[in-house]
Amino acid sequence: MHDLQCESLSKRFGAYTAVDSVSFAVPRGSFFSILGPSGCGKTTLMRMIAGFETPTGGDIRIKGRSVLSTPPNKRPVKMVFQHLALFPMMNVGENIAYGLRCRGENRADIARKVARVLDRVGLPGAAEKQVSQLSGGQKQRIAIARCMVLEPDVLLLDEPLGALDLKLRERMKIELKQLQHQFETTFLYITHDQSEALLMSDNVAVMNAGRFEQIGAPQDLYNNPKTGFVAGFVGDSNRWPGRALSVSDGKVRVAIDGGGEAIALAGDERIAAGGPVELFVRPEVISIGAGSGNGLEGTVESLLFNGASSRILVRMANGHLVEVGQAVMDGSVKIAPGETVAIGWSRSHGRAFSVAG
Amino acid sequence: MARTDIGKLSLILLFAPFALWIALLIILPQLGIGYISLREKVGPGEYTFGFANYIAFLSEPIYWNTLLRTAWMSILVTAMALAVGFPVAYYIAKIARRRARAALFLMCLIPLWVSDLVRAFGWIVILRETGLVSTFLQKIGLVGGPVELLYNDATVVMGLVYTVVLFMIVPLVSTLDGMDNSLIEAGYNLGGSRFTVFRRIVVPYAMPGIVAGCIIVFMLTAGSYLTPILLGGKNSMWFTEQIYEQFVTRYNWESGATFGVLLLVFTSFVVWLGLRLTGQSLASTVAKD
Repeated sequence: MHDLQCESLSKRFGAYTAVDSVSFAVPRGSFFSILGPSGCGKTTLMRMIAGFETPTGGDIRIKGRSVLSTPPNKRPVKMVFQHLALFPMMNVGENIAYGLRCRGENRADIARKVARVLDRVGLPGAAEKQVSQLSGGQKQRIAIARCMVLEPDVLLLDEPLGALDLKLRERMKIELKQLQHQFETTFLYITHDQSEALLMSDNVAVMNAGRFEQIGAPQDLYNNPKTGFVAGFVGDSNRWPGRALSVSDGKVRVAIDGGGEAIALAGDERIAAGGPVELFVRPEVISIGAGSGNGLEGTVESLLFNGASSRILVRMANGHLVEVGQAVMDGSVKIAPGETVAIGWSRSHGRAFSVAG
Repeated sequence: MARTDIGKLSLILLFAPFALWIALLIILPQLGIGYISLREKVGPGEYTFGFANYIAFLSEPIYWNTLLRTAWMSILVTAMALAVGFPVAYYIAKIARRRARAALFLMCLIPLWVSDLVRAFGWIVILRETGLVSTFLQKIGLVGGPVELLYNDATVVMGLVYTVVLFMIVPLVSTLDGMDNSLIEAGYNLGGSRFTVFRRIVVPYAMPGIVAGCIIVFMLTAGSYLTPILLGGKNSMWFTEQIYEQFVTRYNWESGATFGVLLLVFTSFVVWLGLRLTGQSLASTVAKD
């Protein structure tokens, strides 16, 4: 059973197509993210589901029933806005009670439900507080509580972590995931931050220029990207333009522009010998020292220490800058800037995608 | 030390024009008026002090009836200006596109470029017996003879609303402009009807603007002179007219000053009462942020 289904949903503003025939289904109780750069149409998509925009084509179904003709205030979807949109003239309790009062529930029920939902988001007794007295993370939880008290079929979240500082954002990611588990409600989460999407989601759709490039589990997107856009957008990647020399058995031999050759997995079917390609290799699979598989040479330009995600920047002979993630700076490998080093990675760790045109 | 002295000096210099303005043009004249109002002429160049002028005001029903009537009609004008101004302000701030906004705002300002007097005469040209409306109504046969649309209360109220509505629109636009659209969307999303969203989200948010606009409009209306006189004629019974008459026609400054003080006190009282009845305070609305 799917809580939310979109079928070839489109939205055009004049000649501009913001959302181009997007189809997806979100199973009940799962955390689904839409990941894409700003301006890719993800917000428009969410606003159509909430009812603030009318689709130009396609259908939206919630629990199997089309909601296209349902006005936004009658749809069983609730939304956590980018800047939360807590009502500043009401206190926390009134904010949460707003939706219940709109439904015309009686006072005793409202008070009970407000107290219970505050308990569940870990802010018991906060009902009398003013919104301005809350910290960023608490506001976040109130915004979610305000929606969840109405027991929606789907909760939409529009980059709600964007306004928080980094440390809090890291904590809220985990907290959001836990809240979703606790409420067992379908979450549709929109973000441009791939780490948010990967960390929290059961499934992620990568969106670009109004279309879905790929839908899949986070591991799937990370390890088996289906398009160059996904390979470049999800996770860090070294990205080199080049030309396919030969294709055989799912593997491509790539001549990297500026010099050097490597063998990589063919990412799509359109790769043909002689055609332009892009080669993607993640930093963490590249190690210092020539190993089996692919190898290139370069000069160490700088060492970027950042704990577990430390990097070594190597300027290759062909002019490209490579981020090397393996051989972390634990002191086991002695490297200084200016040294000439060999770098290597296995043949199944690189991936090549054809470039249109 | 020198730095803080310079800071202090520049603060004083910046504050000086404002302080002078308040002291010389507002406080001092008002004190003078208050002083004159307590003075009573007993002979040429001879005065005693007391509340005789105020007692005279209370013992003459025409005076305090005029004051009450002025207050009532000003409240009516304020309510109508709010009713007319709110939709206009909402349209300018929330519905119109960014580009159209400046143009619409400017269009609201255009009437201010014409002087009060000329605008009032404009209304007279339209509404008098031989005016546009009367002629038109006769032409299409709705009325037999010429109709006089001037010199009645409805015309005065309409003329006043027209003159002051801008002062309602400006503060409303600026508060509504600061309102995040997502608050309205959240209101709908959580199940609110149009009316609920308007009553529980838009109006409370706009309250500072509503209060500011209402106070400005009420004070302007109660203190206006030209429009009630020109559109209402000699019988418009506006309180400022009484003040003018005492000062100028009767040359009774003592009585005129008393009326002036009473107008100030009474309108301030109405504003205070209005704030109390709507549960607002100046600190939480007008002075907010």
